[in-house]
Amino acid sequence: MVDATGTRRADVLVAGGRVAAVGDDLDAPGAQVLDAGGCLVAPGLVDLHAHLREPGREEAETVETGARAAALGGYTAIVAMPNTEPAIDSAAVVRQVLDLGATAPCDVRVAGAITVGRAGKALAPMAEMAALGVRLFTDDGAGVQDARLMRRALEYASALDVTLAQHCEDEALAAGGHMHEGEWSSRLGLPGIPAEAEELMVARDIALCRLTGARAHFLHLSTAGSLELVAAAKAAGLPVTAEVAPHHFTLTHAEVAGYDPVYKVNPPLRTAADVAAVKAALAAGVVDAIATDHAPHAPEAKEAPFDQAPPGMLGLETALALALGELDLPVERVLALLSWQPAAIAGLAGEHGGPIAEGAAANLCVVDPAAAWVVEPDLLASRSRNTPYGGRKLRGRVRHTILRGEPVVIDFEAQR
Amino acid sequence: MKHLLAVNDLGAEGIEEVLRVTDSFVEVSSRAIPKVPALRGKTVVSLFYESSTRTRLSFETAARRLSADIMTFTAPTSAIAKGESLRDTVETIQAMGIDAVVVRHGSAGVPQLIASWIDASVVNAGDGWHEHPTQALLDCYTIRQRRGSLDALRIAVVGDVKHSRVARSDVAAFALLGADVTLVAPPTLLPPSLEGWPVTVSHDLDAVLPKVDVVYVLRLQNERMKEALLPSLREYTASYGLTRRRADLLADDALVMHPGPMNRGVEIAADVAALENSVITTQVANGVAVRMAVLYLLLGSGQDLAG
Ligand SMILES: [Zn+2]
Repeated sequence: MVDATGTRRADVLVAGGRVAAVGDDLDAPGAQVLDAGGCLVAPGLVDLHAHLREPGREEAETVETGARAAALGGYTAIVAMPNTEPAIDSAAVVRQVLDLGATAPCDVRVAGAITVGRAGKALAPMAEMAALGVRLFTDDGAGVQDARLMRRALEYASALDVTLAQHCEDEALAAGGHMHEGEWSSRLGLPGIPAEAEELMVARDIALCRLTGARAHFLHLSTAGSLELVAAAKAAGLPVTAEVAPHHFTLTHAEVAGYDPVYKVNPPLRTAADVAAVKAALAAGVVDAIATDHAPHAPEAKEAPFDQAPPGMLGLETALALALGELDLPVERVLALLSWQPAAIAGLAGEHGGPIAEGAAANLCVVDPAAAWVVEPDLLASRSRNTPYGGRKLRGRVRHTILRGEPVVIDFEAQR
Repeated sequence: MKHLLAVNDLGAEGIEEVLRVTDSFVEVSSRAIPKVPALRGKTVVSLFYESSTRTRLSFETAARRLSADIMTFTAPTSAIAKGESLRDTVETIQAMGIDAVVVRHGSAGVPQLIASWIDASVVNAGDGWHEHPTQALLDCYTIRQRRGSLDALRIAVVGDVKHSRVARSDVAAFALLGADVTLVAPPTLLPPSLEGWPVTVSHDLDAVLPKVDVVYVLRLQNERMKEALLPSLREYTASYGLTRRRADLLADDALVMHPGPMNRGVEIAADVAALENSVITTQVANGVAVRMAVLYLLLGSGQDLAG
């Protein structure tokens, strides 16, 4: 058993959606027994960054299919990003997505938009959405370009006990780009997005954080420069947190050489030096969470010329195995980055992310760290197939997932 | 060779082979009836998403002289249905039982994508800013015709390298054949990174011209003005145009080349394009024979050359 309080060997008894007991050789006649031999029992994983595409793009994903993919990946809570059609920028759309998630095999929470229609012009009704339990706000898919508007948003949010999260991209500098600007974009003849397009907005938001005192979360950071800025901001005591996505510590821009749009993502795959910096920042504690940026796209959308295909990759079903396999970190640290640290950022501490103790909500995952498997896109639970890891051998897989006491995944199989 | 997608796929030996085969097709082209039965029964499709009548006609003439059947799909006109995806169009064409697709597209990498989807051979006739390999082959052939070899030749490629598929293919081909390549351009028209490029860079055309055997002038597209890459066409011409005054800095036997179509008075002066050492029309003429060689090497049985 692994949680924020440590690692120990124990049985876990669940009843009525809660942890009823933790201890040696627990006896519970008639109870369903889930074998966890050779496995780690951990708090369910929490994803700060999932694009569930509903409403509006149900051909790519629905709340239900995305939540099933999440459950199979070990997640008991995911935060749905607001770049749907329409955007999640009002209480009505928040309610719609929460309702869709009410019966899903994973707790579906919602991030609201910072601006109306994610258009970057006027503040969205954050208080109205916060009243429905929204704790994260972002225009993800785009960053809020106007510094004055972002300053107001931070000031306004600071009274609501919510966190603003930024997709850091200076649109003027990134304009027209389809991959990381550098050696490979130059060779391939594709317009690039310089690392500085991300770093400029990270630097700006750190300045706004200093100005307003409000907390800020940085989504999917991908460059060495961004991580240096965040490290300095944290050292200065500013209330900032940061996440990175698995593809940014496993893949580089060289993957684009074959022009396969499955490798198109925003922020783009960067250099080997950036990948090393992301890993180092995870190890050093500069990064608080691994978030998937799960971004499904229907096959026909990704079977297009690279510069016409939409950016995004699947992530929910592969994140844990990639983190266990590619990061040289102890499993406790990997789980902290995937579970209790993101739970705290999402405002879910207490419900998700453990610790596993008597009376706690029974949101758990059972990880078999030795299970070897091959990513087969056609077998993924997501409605889409755009994983960049098709055919890759991974080690480490979620055997069971328990949501509010109900086993939603048993022996690697979704139960509903 | 199954496809011709990029120059580096050919390597130096592959380029040499194309140039050797081109020699025999130059001979064929000079005949009264310039036609051989080498590709009789084969079907070549030209799939042009960007209009380029010059390149398309050059390929289609090459295919016709090899006795292949030709189908033409051009956008936005007719055959390519509005809104149909690239994949659907390509699969429709494949279902017609074809042997090769010659593709021109505004997006880099489209020939690679098509090659991954179908069994037929794919010839890249220009993809976005990426490559235009048959242009590089005909450029090499033209230089070799005049200078015997490219080995140790000094070649300046001048102008908008960043947005030029011709430049990417030419730099690769010239370097593979042993030439010493210098890019001359304002920094805004160079690729953001030249890591791995076998070139040196200069911003001083006057200093470069006296030292080169070939000056290759790239086309400057007017839309570059709108993207804050250059202050004005006038300033570009003053700094990087091959004016008559600059042409006089060239060695007597130095060649002047351009992939066409030219913006006379912008990147090259009209009277320079007309100089004796300008081989611009020879480039066009060699285009058909080079493309015959490429189609023949991709689809031919290795016989029937004599026809
Ligand atoms: Zn984003």
